[in-house]
Amino acid sequence: MSGKVMTMAQAVGEFVRDGDTVVIEGFTHLICFAAGHEIIRQKKCDLVACRLTPDLIYDQMVAAGCVRKLVFSWAGNPGVGSLFGLRRAVEEGLPRKGEIEEYSHFGMVARFMAGASNLPFMHLKTFEGSDLPKKNKNIKFVRCPYTGKRYATVPALNPDVAIIHVQRTDEEGNGQIWGLMGVQREAAFAAKKVVIVAEEIVPGDVIRADPNRTLIPGLIVDAVVIEPFAAHPSYALGYYDRDNDFYVEWAKVSKDKAGMDRYLAEWVYGLPGRREYREKLGAEYLKKLEADSRPSGSVNYGF
Amino acid sequence: MADYTPSEMMVARAARELKNGEVVFVGIGLPNVACNLARRLQAPGLVLIYESGAVGCVPDRLPLSIGDPCLATDSISVCSMVEVFNYYLQGGLIDVGFLGGAQVDRFGNINSTVIGDYDRPKVRLPGSGGACEIAIHAKKIIMVPKQSPKSFPEKIDFVTSPGFIDEVNSRRNFGFPGKGPSLVITDFGVYGFNKNTYEMILQEIYPGVTVRDVKANIGWDVKVSRPPKTTVPPTDEELRIIRQDLDPARIHLR
Repeated sequence: MSGKVMTMAQAVGEFVRDGDTVVIEGFTHLICFAAGHEIIRQKKCDLVACRLTPDLIYDQMVAAGCVRKLVFSWAGNPGVGSLFGLRRAVEEGLPRKGEIEEYSHFGMVARFMAGASNLPFMHLKTFEGSDLPKKNKNIKFVRCPYTGKRYATVPALNPDVAIIHVQRTDEEGNGQIWGLMGVQREAAFAAKKVVIVAEEIVPGDVIRADPNRTLIPGLIVDAVVIEPFAAHPSYALGYYDRDNDFYVEWAKVSKDKAGMDRYLAEWVYGLPGRREYREKLGAEYLKKLEADSRPSGSVNYGF
Repeated sequence: MADYTPSEMMVARAARELKNGEVVFVGIGLPNVACNLARRLQAPGLVLIYESGAVGCVPDRLPLSIGDPCLATDSISVCSMVEVFNYYLQGGLIDVGFLGGAQVDRFGNINSTVIGDYDRPKVRLPGSGGACEIAIHAKKIIMVPKQSPKSFPEKIDFVTSPGFIDEVNSRRNFGFPGKGPSLVITDFGVYGFNKNTYEMILQEIYPGVTVRDVKANIGWDVKVSRPPKTTVPPTDEELRIIRQDLDPARIHLR
């Protein structure tokens, strides 16, 4: 085994430090809830938590008091409504005053692009006519040196650590993703440290047989965690479906602080890790979410 | 099936607006249902693009979120969000963008960020997502908000996504590629925009709705085209597809 392979507890313990700028990316797909839960269990604090869509996992991390500041572009429960943990932090200051830095999706995408490209900023055509630049001084405007036209700029985002969930990896962290890719590649290349979490580990020659699918090369990866079902209630295409019922139910669970605290006590603090989380959900529950079989055709990489 | 809900009317009306072959940037909720309804009827070649990076989607269930797995499976292409925002949207490939929001003003500016003061919000809403850049880049914008005096106020609390901005169309000073708001389809009727004043104008009302109803549910003295047309109610076929195939659990169409 490569020296990179470790448990989630080890990876979070070693690579997420108090006060870090942390990214757990994944746009609806491959959101690593298991990493978020471990961050909560280890009581990491003062994090600057960045994600386009904070989703239920940052809702929980904010409610658990791990987050000093949230950097985001859409903070809702997709298709359902509000994230009540975040709203309590922003509207009522519970459990602590929620500091926010807000962009649009394109703005966040461009921040990761700049970070991954080792550029100080990225220009893009958006934000004009919007009130967002008035509330976020990091959004600025420049004139194109060639045409004189005006563009918005956003600063590079280079997180201390990015945690990226993938379908499969080898032990060096050559991570393969298929289906929705979000900004995982850019977040990984932008980050100073990268933790890969995978549904399964495969031999290196499986990766080399299909190199176009490798979004995250092992050369930028510091830790590899093998953790099946780590993305639930999000999903991993080809492994398990999105647990839409959980997302709908979350509105009720998290609506008041007591409900949120009960959830965290039972499903996060009350469990040592993801294996126990899977067991607690039960085989029947997991079976319901199991992906059906839709294999792609194969291509010839021969020459 | 003479009976239908206002949401079903909105979805049916929005779907009729879409032409075969158009490239549509789809949002969650009612726009999702409308685009998939259009695809089943007059626009089988409608190209659905979601900000999650799925292109040419043919979802065989109604996606709860714009990142649902059914959007990737059987799509034409799945790209990263770098590509969807840079190459598709900023690249000028999007014909129609759908937007919603908690508040809309008479110039088609949208607030999906906050109710009350930004720094001391009464209600914190999700924020822009891709809405701000969709409003700027899509060739035309269709909105499908529910209408009330609160959601259509004289002045919105925050401009997340620019419409025409004001009565002199300050939008054009910015050189936006997109032409701006085209239609606002609410649960009372359908609004277009006056070409000189850039103000929303009521063009159609739904069967059973009066101009008085409309005026009682909007925060300013709205202009009405004389006389407004009456919108054709949802057909049996539209209702069948919506109820049986698209949203049988009534998640979006309560």
